[in-house]
Amino acid sequence: MKPVRSMVLVSSDPESIQKGAQEVFQRLQQEVQAFGLEEEIAAAMVGDVGRHDAIPLLIVYPEAVIYGPVKPDDVRFLVEEHLLKGRIAAGLQAPARELSGRIAWLSARKGTLPAEQRIVLERAGLIDPEDIEDYIAHNGYEAVGRALSEMTPAEVIEEITRSGLRGRGGAGFPTGTKWRFVAKTQSDTKYIICNADESEPGTFKDRLILEGDPHSIIEAMTLAGYAVGAHEGYIYVRGEYGLAQERLGKAIQQARQMGFLGEDIFGSGFAFDIHIHSGAGAYICGEETALIESIEGKRGEPRSRPPFPTTYGLWGKPTVVNNVETLANVPPIIRNGAAWYRRFGTSSSPGTKVYTVLGSVNVTGLIEVPMGITLREVIAIYGKGMKRGTSFKLAQTGGSSGSIIPASLQDTPMDFDSFARAGVSLGSGALLICNDDTCVVDLATVLLNFFRGESCGKCTPCRIGTERTHQILTNLSEGIGKLSDLDDLLVLADGLNQLSNCGLGQTAAAPIRDILKHFRAEVEAHVRLKVCPTGVCSMSGRQAKAA
Amino acid sequence: MRSKAAAKPYRRHIYQGDPLAAPPPPELMVILDRHRGEPDALITALEEIQAHYGYLPENSLRYTARELGFPLSRVFGVATFYNLFQFTAPGRYIIRVCKGTACHVNHSAEILSHLKERLGIDENETTADGLFTLQTVACVGACSLAPVLVVNDVTYGNMTPAKAWEALAELRGESTDGPSKEEVR
Ligand SMILES: Cc1cc2nc3c(=O)[nH]c(=O)nc-3n(C[C@H](O)[C@H](O)[C@H](O)COP(=O)(O)O)c2cc1C
Ligand code: FES
Repeated sequence: MKPVRSMVLVSSDPESIQKGAQEVFQRLQQEVQAFGLEEEIAAAMVGDVGRHDAIPLLIVYPEAVIYGPVKPDDVRFLVEEHLLKGRIAAGLQAPARELSGRIAWLSARKGTLPAEQRIVLERAGLIDPEDIEDYIAHNGYEAVGRALSEMTPAEVIEEITRSGLRGRGGAGFPTGTKWRFVAKTQSDTKYIICNADESEPGTFKDRLILEGDPHSIIEAMTLAGYAVGAHEGYIYVRGEYGLAQERLGKAIQQARQMGFLGEDIFGSGFAFDIHIHSGAGAYICGEETALIESIEGKRGEPRSRPPFPTTYGLWGKPTVVNNVETLANVPPIIRNGAAWYRRFGTSSSPGTKVYTVLGSVNVTGLIEVPMGITLREVIAIYGKGMKRGTSFKLAQTGGSSGSIIPASLQDTPMDFDSFARAGVSLGSGALLICNDDTCVVDLATVLLNFFRGESCGKCTPCRIGTERTHQILTNLSEGIGKLSDLDDLLVLADGLNQLSNCGLGQTAAAPIRDILKHFRAEVEAHVRLKVCPTGVCSMSGRQAKAA
Repeated sequence: MRSKAAAKPYRRHIYQGDPLAAPPPPELMVILDRHRGEPDALITALEEIQAHYGYLPENSLRYTARELGFPLSRVFGVATFYNLFQFTAPGRYIIRVCKGTACHVNHSAEILSHLKERLGIDENETTADGLFTLQTVACVGACSLAPVLVVNDVTYGNMTPAKAWEALAELRGESTDGPSKEEVR
């Protein structure tokens, strides 16, 4: 890292940008120059810092003083006071509230808050994501250096296997096993794909990793390539993630210049390079075989499996597809060892999980916590409780493909196996916390409406099943449902689950089964009493009939 | 299976007696030339065409099929599959109302129906003055601001139907100089 005296970071999550972070940053650069400080002060926009109440935030390291909300006109004063004269401008400091995210972690080190455990987001918000030297100064590319010089590919796979790392893209498949399948398959060409299509509503953890720490993904993909014998990687980034793409592009460029990507990495003779592929707006392209079709320039329709991508993937070659968050775990594991990693989380699901906490809690935002924490803890500790005067009714995990978790399960440890035993799923890492104003029929309707629109239409059970279930749910919400509809829903749900070609159809009906299992009385009220207990559903069909 | 892409233009034998007898306009040709012979470049080519015209004119799809040697069905199939691609010229402001889960439970549907009514257009339509195109989107990753509305690249958070309409009215005021502010009311 350049020897700078201070590092100034400006939050640049969408909300901050909306509130003028861009202008603040421009002014910051101007003022730093105007005071002749450009040699001593580094400035960067860092993405989401996990705090959304006083944005845009301006954070000065090493003191970790947080200013916010900062207006462009405040910048001159701040630069003069803090950076030039070294006095903290107390009047502009962000309220010293207890916070979530990155900053919570910073203050936690001072012993004021329960610490989050940061592995994946260790550097996000702390380093300049556009500066490779900053990454290197924070242990960056150490893992790849170690692997290439001291470990055989088999040892890398062994270390990942022993760490117990499981895929964070939704299914929780053991990453070491996946890599071993690909390593075992004989082929002259193999590929590594980073799945950064993240289009589950309510999920944006991957974006924050990519924006905050793009080099970690490059390093992880290089490690994966070395482990399985692949020399080319693709990052499939959701089209809407412009900033992430830009930063990845820069990061790849810098990595090539420094020799971390290219022909002969670290003089080991191992070659690896990475391309960015921008998505074109289709949820289904997050499914790994659809994603592969899309990279090949076709309609993103999932393939029939087997063969799995591990044997027949991109261009028919063995391919590893891993989620962004999964990959971000890889360098720390190689750096610190599997035993270290197993200290976090539970024995069947080691490590941490990044969640976006949304909905009716007092503090929303991004958290990284050990696997196995309970929903009750998340709401109480990181969400700072439910919003005033409301009580917890249910949580919807993992965007649309997740489950509906009723209050009765809020003490179930959140890890892959405990959740599977309880018949729910962790999904993609969103936690939409709903209070008692939320109607389960309405919620299921909106989820099914999403799947109905995003079903690629290739397989009939999914295409028709999502359409039919949505229609029935709409009828219920309009007060024209029949009791037999509820049985039909379950039949359709089974059909969807068992007959669909890919995960979209297979999980589409999960919300339906969840609400009928946990909230049957509320659903039946829509039919028997023709009322929506929460008053959310329009019941308009009934009125139309009566009129 | 990799489908074969044509390395050379098919123009000579195909354009005879064809409604598209003229070769593609030069600016389109520049784009297509860049991707000749690359079987995986169809999506990229379409993206570039859309970046140039703002949408995908029908003829450009036909030209793409011919020049790059894909069946027309494949080109239409791909173009209609991805939400990114549009087939009509968009308005100056593209309004996208979020109907993701977090926005929905915060009543984004009311915003959508209010805008539909006030603008007099349905989803995916453009107002007669070419100013506004109304679309929906499933989550823009700003859920803590729900309900959310995106106009071109600007995100408007914590919306209500009235606030949403106000924001648009403001844009309309900006887009023409001066007097049309009255028109809005
Ligand atoms: C409909 C559907 C959408 C998906 N979307 C994503 C996604 O946006 N990001 C992701 O990483 N995985 C997504 N997946 C999961 C991928 O198919 C795949 O399992 C994952 O990328 C594997 O990576 P992992 O082993 O690291 O979890 C989706 C699956 C389905 C069925
Ligand atoms: S649901 Fe609307 S921004 Fe996420």
